[in-house]
Amino acid sequence: MSDNDSLLELTDIDLSIGQRLLLQQVSLKIGRGEILTIIGPNGAGKTTLLRVALGLLPPTSGRVRRQQNIRIGYMPQRLQIDPTFPLTVKRFLTLTGKKQRSEILPLLEEVGAAQVLESPLQNISGGELQRVLLARALLREPDLLVLDEPTQGVDVHGQVELYQLITRIREQRNCAVLMVSHDLHLVMAATDRVLCLNRHICCSGSPEVVSNDPAYLELFGPLAVQHLAIYSHDRSHRHDNCAEHGECR
Amino acid sequence: MIDDFLLRALLGGLGVALVAGPFGSFIVWRRLAYFGDTLSHSALLGVALGFLFHLNLTLGIMLICQLLAILLFFGQRQKQLASDTLLGIFSHGALSLGLVVLAFMEDVRVDLLAYLFGDILSIGATDLGWIFCGGGLALAGLLRIWKPLLAITIHEDLARVEGVPVDRINWAFLGLVALTVAVMMKVVGLLLVTSLLIIPAATARRFAGNPEIMAILASLIGCFAVAGGLYGSFTWDTPAGPSIVVAACGLFLFSFILPQRLASGVSGQ
Repeated sequence: MSDNDSLLELTDIDLSIGQRLLLQQVSLKIGRGEILTIIGPNGAGKTTLLRVALGLLPPTSGRVRRQQNIRIGYMPQRLQIDPTFPLTVKRFLTLTGKKQRSEILPLLEEVGAAQVLESPLQNISGGELQRVLLARALLREPDLLVLDEPTQGVDVHGQVELYQLITRIREQRNCAVLMVSHDLHLVMAATDRVLCLNRHICCSGSPEVVSNDPAYLELFGPLAVQHLAIYSHDRSHRHDNCAEHGECR
Repeated sequence: MIDDFLLRALLGGLGVALVAGPFGSFIVWRRLAYFGDTLSHSALLGVALGFLFHLNLTLGIMLICQLLAILLFFGQRQKQLASDTLLGIFSHGALSLGLVVLAFMEDVRVDLLAYLFGDILSIGATDLGWIFCGGGLALAGLLRIWKPLLAITIHEDLARVEGVPVDRINWAFLGLVALTVAVMMKVVGLLLVTSLLIIPAATARRFAGNPEIMAILASLIGCFAVAGGLYGSFTWDTPAGPSIVVAACGLFLFSFILPQRLASGVSGQ
């Protein structure tokens, strides 16, 4: 991929706030149709990096280059709406866009949340909220989807579904996906490239390469090895595994 | 039979209530009640400023409120102090400074109670002009930024990514709130301004399925509170400003008796 093809390119990003160095020499680029996932421990600067990429946070040094006229769909980590704010899902989706109501429903069906169209936003479940947020990002017909922990507050079964949905969206719309995730094992099966971040980039590459990288294994320790084992099994096996232990619903 | 002064009081009160509804709704949604308090407490400093420079007092209040809004806007960007601490400092600092400055001006006799709790019965034609022009301006401004302001209220970063000029809209909103507070001063006084902003809005919440309905309902409920408060004040010779607030509280409590319309029901229109 030549430089001109990348939708978004960060070069040598440094970011410090006060005395704290949050990001150090981080570079990444992402092209059309590609899924790039950022993983890393808490406090590794994952969300900060997304905010820099979105232009919400200016880096201390380094360069952010977004392709001109690129449309970005953003799915924030959490949405905290005051309970006093009367807002239905439908209104939430029609608020800023120029979309007709007739276009909203098919999209909600696509993400599997059509049943909440008329519900107040505060009353829907965590999983439904994530789907609605994804729908809102898709409404902009984005070239680049930026997802900050898209499966937060979603049960394991729902997580698998959501990652499948994201993969499908990428295939159908040929948009790029840049996401932050905590679900090591699930994400490894759903991404093209992984970037392992701990303020600086520890390692990056295809899931296979990263999974075997010493830096990755050191960062996530036994957890990584365990997930590596799971990753190499197929999906149905993981379900069996789950049911056996009775841990997920 | 209705006296002139009572008619003016009613008109002024209704005007203020109409403006307070939509602004109060945003203040409730964005949890800015303390912010409104801070702005209104600074108004006394505006009164002192007005006397000092022989300005129209309402103009003085507007200037100080705008100034404080600017200070707060920048103050909230620093991360050292939590914003409620910062607001507390500004709020009581401004109120006390206003009292101290007024005390220094020996040739000025001020009816302090009128500024603290409002003096709606003494509203004159000029005051009515301020209320309707200033209030009308504030409402027109709010209507202009209504949609982007809703988007920011939902999620600031999301709005920014979607191209909403967040800083500009926030600025405009703060300025408009400052204008509203200055306009409301005469009716309920600086200590009670926030109550007339948030109580009708909080009352309206249970019956509203979308933001617009809630704003309109809040205005109507405010109007009822003004009418009820004035009636009570006239009948029992109680102070008008506090009577209005008591009426608003009464409506708030009464609203819990009424059946709640489900939020999803109203929005379907």
